[in-house]
Amino acid sequence: MLAVNHLSISFGGVKAVRDVSFSVAEGQVHAVIGPNGAGKTTMFNLLSGVYKPSSGEILFRGENVASMPPEQLARRGMSRTFQNLQVCMNMSAIENVMVGAHLKLNQGMFQAMCRLPGLRRRDAACREEAARLMDFVGAGAYVGAHASQMPYGALKRLEIARALAASPAMLLLDEPAAGLNNTETGEIEKLIRKIADSGVTVLLVEHDMKLVTSISDRILVMDHGSRLADGTPLEVCANPEVIAAYLGASVTAGVMQ
Amino acid sequence: MKTLFSHGAGLAILAAVLLAVPLMTSNAFYLDLAIRIAINAIVAIGLNLLIGYAGQISLGHAGFLGIGAYSSAVLTTHFGFPPLLAMLAGAAAVAALAFLVARPILKLKGHYLAMATLGLGIIISIVIANEAGYTGGPDGMPVPALTVMGREVTGDATWYALVALLLIIVAWAAQNLIDAPAGRALQAIHGSEVAARVAGIDVAGSKVKIFVLSAVLASLMGSLTAHYVGFLTPGQAGFFHSIELMTMVVVGGMASVFGSIVGAALLTLLPQALSAFEGWETVVFGAILMITMIFLPAGLVPALRLRFAKGGR
Repeated sequence: MLAVNHLSISFGGVKAVRDVSFSVAEGQVHAVIGPNGAGKTTMFNLLSGVYKPSSGEILFRGENVASMPPEQLARRGMSRTFQNLQVCMNMSAIENVMVGAHLKLNQGMFQAMCRLPGLRRRDAACREEAARLMDFVGAGAYVGAHASQMPYGALKRLEIARALAASPAMLLLDEPAAGLNNTETGEIEKLIRKIADSGVTVLLVEHDMKLVTSISDRILVMDHGSRLADGTPLEVCANPEVIAAYLGASVTAGVMQ
Repeated sequence: MKTLFSHGAGLAILAAVLLAVPLMTSNAFYLDLAIRIAINAIVAIGLNLLIGYAGQISLGHAGFLGIGAYSSAVLTTHFGFPPLLAMLAGAAAVAALAFLVARPILKLKGHYLAMATLGLGIIISIVIANEAGYTGGPDGMPVPALTVMGREVTGDATWYALVALLLIIVAWAAQNLIDAPAGRALQAIHGSEVAARVAGIDVAGSKVKIFVLSAVLASLMGSLTAHYVGFLTPGQAGFFHSIELMTMVVVGGMASVFGSIVGAALLTLLPQALSAFEGWETVVFGAILMITMIFLPAGLVPALRLRFAKGGR
């Protein structure tokens, strides 16, 4: 599904991601973990086309998509959520989800202005599908709400629904459980499993180790922009370098910051 | 109560009001005001699509309006164009100009975009004022009557029917756009550009399209104004007219089509109503705007809608 080869990016003199390679198999849940500043979100921004890599390649379903802008990646079946929410607060909840289905419905502005009947029908179907997706992610109670009225936890789910509305082949989740309590984290875990079971390949960045180890087929560990380890949860947790990064080196890194 | 302002109901109310005006009065003064309101409302709706929905500010829209107006005046007077052809030529010129400047300009955000569009508007109005050989410069120029298929459009009643019909069509089309995927895309760009891109929305392309569309609407209304009034001064293309148009959008309500109509009506009527303040009109005008912004920052129509919605529960 996804193969990353020798991917690097630098901002000025800072190498945020250096020479990272890993691959994600179809239908798997793959996690990216690492201390703060390890380059996880930067990696996500590279994979989703928000940043252009300095070097390396990203093979998505066999095609090199490195440097491709997000709107083209979306056409190829890549979707994502954001660590700091990117919900459109000027729109209603369900319209946010419908935005996710943009590519399925898209037509020109002039056809839209003329209110063609076929378009109306597809739009109504899209609205139903969006309501169904809000139910699926557990935000069904907010179908009639405006995005600005929703609590944080529901907004995180709304973003997932928006990403799913595109019917992606691969979904990138950037810290889906950040800021959630234990109950909510448990629900997110179930949701991610449901998404994976529906055939969507999931790559997620997450700090909650309990969530990561219980849900992931494989884990990529990053530290200081480099790949530290990549393997099954058991392999990764037994890796001495990973333990050092988390218990030793990260403490000194934290003090240096 | 939310349905009160829903798509169909809003249009029905608009149509009823537009029909009622000529039935209630045949007074030329009031009809003239109604015509000006309708023309301003169309420009404001176009501008609201850009500012209120897509979140891209323009402080230079009077420039586009001015190009349309002066194309109609100059091409008919000096080059013998029939009025409709002159109007279309002006709109085409505005479309081309807006398209050319849109990509570089719309990469800017916030204050920078405001400054860039402001500059564009000022350049246009200076060119119009300086080309006195064609435009009459600061003194202005007369504009021949509008003729459609050999027949002259004269009389307030005819003009009123024309612009009222146009206003209904534009309000209908704008509302359709907003409720469709292309319109949601514009609102998503306003809400989060990166989220819009990730959803597959062509952000740059959508911005260019809506910028061109709103500029062309301004140009067409500029042409109509020129023919209707019969005389044109560079003030039409000036900075203050741009601000006036934007105030209509803001006071009526950002991201509200019917708000733009209410805003256009208020901003067109207020100077008349305030004429009693002899010399202090501008001060009172400014005070009203400030009070509106402090107490109804979302604009009149969205604030009223919210109040109705709460009262209905």
